Amino acid sequence: MSQDTSIGSGPAGTVGDRDPTDMPVMIHLDGVEKIYAPGEPPAVERLTLDVHTGEILVLVGPSGCGKSTTLRLINRMIEPTGGRIIFDGEDVTEMDPTQLRRRIGYVIQRIGLFPHQTIAENIGTVPRLLGWDANRATARTDELLDLVGLEPSIYRDRYPKELSGGQAQRVGVARALAADPPVMLMDEPFGAVDPITRDRLQNEFLRLQAEVQKTIVFVTHDIDEAIKMGDRIAILRERSVVAQLDTPARILSYPVDEFVDDFIGAGSTLKGLHFERVEGLDVPDYPTVTLETSRSEARQLLADSDFHWLLALDAQNRPARWIKDDHLSGSSQPLDQVGLQVRAVVEPNATLHDALEAMITSSAAQAVVIDHDGTYRGVVQIELLTEAIRRMRSDARRHYEQLEATR
Amino acid sequence: MNTPVVSPTELAQQPDESLSARLGGHIRNDLQLVLTPVVLLIVFAAFWTWLGAQELSGQAASALRTENLLQQTREQITITALSTVGVLLIAIPLGIALTRPSGKRFAGPALTIANAGQAIPAYGLLVLALAVLGRVFGRSRDNILQNTIGTWLAPGLVITVIALILFAILPVLRNTMVGLQQVDEDIIEAGLGMGMTRGEILRRIELPLAVPVMLAGVRTALVINVGMATLAFLIGGGGLGVAIRTGIQMSQNVVVLTGGILTALLALSVDWLGSVAERFLRPKGI
Repeated sequence: MSQDTSIGSGPAGTVGDRDPTDMPVMIHLDGVEKIYAPGEPPAVERLTLDVHTGEILVLVGPSGCGKSTTLRLINRMIEPTGGRIIFDGEDVTEMDPTQLRRRIGYVIQRIGLFPHQTIAENIGTVPRLLGWDANRATARTDELLDLVGLEPSIYRDRYPKELSGGQAQRVGVARALAADPPVMLMDEPFGAVDPITRDRLQNEFLRLQAEVQKTIVFVTHDIDEAIKMGDRIAILRERSVVAQLDTPARILSYPVDEFVDDFIGAGSTLKGLHFERVEGLDVPDYPTVTLETSRSEARQLLADSDFHWLLALDAQNRPARWIKDDHLSGSSQPLDQVGLQVRAVVEPNATLHDALEAMITSSAAQAVVIDHDGTYRGVVQIELLTEAIRRMRSDARRHYEQLEATR
Repeated sequence: MNTPVVSPTELAQQPDESLSARLGGHIRNDLQLVLTPVVLLIVFAAFWTWLGAQELSGQAASALRTENLLQQTREQITITALSTVGVLLIAIPLGIALTRPSGKRFAGPALTIANAGQAIPAYGLLVLALAVLGRVFGRSRDNILQNTIGTWLAPGLVITVIALILFAILPVLRNTMVGLQQVDEDIIEAGLGMGMTRGEILRRIELPLAVPVMLAGVRTALVINVGMATLAFLIGGGGLGVAIRTGIQMSQNVVVLTGGILTALLALSVDWLGSVAERFLRPKGI
């Protein structure tokens, strides 16, 4: 596997193998509207949206499109002027806002840790509001510090100003998780940290989410973050109007209009490769020989095939060398002395993006697929990738045509 | 991985450095807190010894009788304490009310009035207070105020306290408002977002974070009040001003000097108390 912590290779595996919309609805927005002053254009215009249990739904869009406003309508930090918001079966507008907010984790970009309270006191805020006893709250605090990767004995009694930006953000996440709320609202939570820390926090958070399985509404203006974090993405235009709502893979394969196309920007095809795995490819036969095969036999095999390279396997059936016609003529050395060593290998669960990267670094411009024990499974060539991209696009298009037809 | 990894020891050191720097600052301040009363005591002892060695005329000796000085010091302290408590009782709730969303629009007018209170010369304020309030505390058999408060406090003293409250409201009011307003919006947003009520945010977040600024205002008010209490003699309120006036009338420099030095020592002690309060009431972590 490649070393980069690239988009989509996150630990939670955003590769779309489960459909988030199969889960029951946790938050239902029904024609929600926010008009600040009569006569002014609405900040949020008749928005209807479902958030399913256990998914990360990312609201993404240009600044000023109303995505933060939409998020803050859910926990009534802003009161809607129209429509309904159903949270876990209850109408939010009929609930006491403070009681509602104690059931919803809330993380904002600038965190807002209480500077005069220790890390433990900060994390214990909601448990204290809910009247937990001290022992339970302390145990929970230590558990959460562990969960976000901060050693409790070191950090429990520190004050927020003694933390780095990344540590403060971890504490912010721990504080939001303190009372184990079913839902988390996150408003550009990783927006204020440097890119390296952000990448690490994103990966940590995806790992955490795989463990805690919260229903999350996540706001960002960064499409790459949206693609990485989202099970589904809602791309919003002005007034919080949904331009496209779908899995990252489908949005990248089939942007519904020019606005979405512009917003996801260049390189969407490459990004889309993160969402397919090598095992999903239909790998064709490839000519292989063993290292003991004679030169004449090998030459014959290569001449009979449509390929330019032969793959030589060792005694354990592991890929060993790439051999070309040139290598076979001219010298009489055995096969393990000629050709080029195989370097670019990928496992079946690697993404197509990983495979492409392996291909580019390979001397033979193709990637060898191996099993977990290192034995040969097949060879991926560039034609396979272009075919996969074509298939993803046509699948997405067909999906939208079906939607259109059933409407 | 080529991403820079911060080792645990580095992580542990970063905050500790700033901690030791802060501790250094604290130690300097703490030293000052301990030394100030020692110095004040030494100055007082030296002065008292010197005073005892003076040849005093009969008039001066009677003006400087210990029980007279004690009485005046007690009055000075009473005026300072009562007016400061009065200022706190009025200015802090008012400052809180004027920073709430519903009270914000009254903030401007209220500050204007408080400003005016401090802009009037102290002497004028005292005389005005006497003119307005003197009648209320005037001697008459059925004056309720006179028959209650007046039985244990001189009317002049009460009027002085009222005037000083008006005079010293501004620093506490302004600092309470500034202290509450400077609390980071994100902190309040986070509190609200977690389901704290407005009242919980005020008590647990805003007020603790405003304490340092508020205490600075309280210290200013204390110093104003202890100094201004020296003028209470003008309207019969007592205090150490009495000794100073007596000394001037009798042309007895020793008496004037005694009144002045006691006033100064008292003011410095009160200021020291204020700094002790600032040191120990300031929340940790900020």
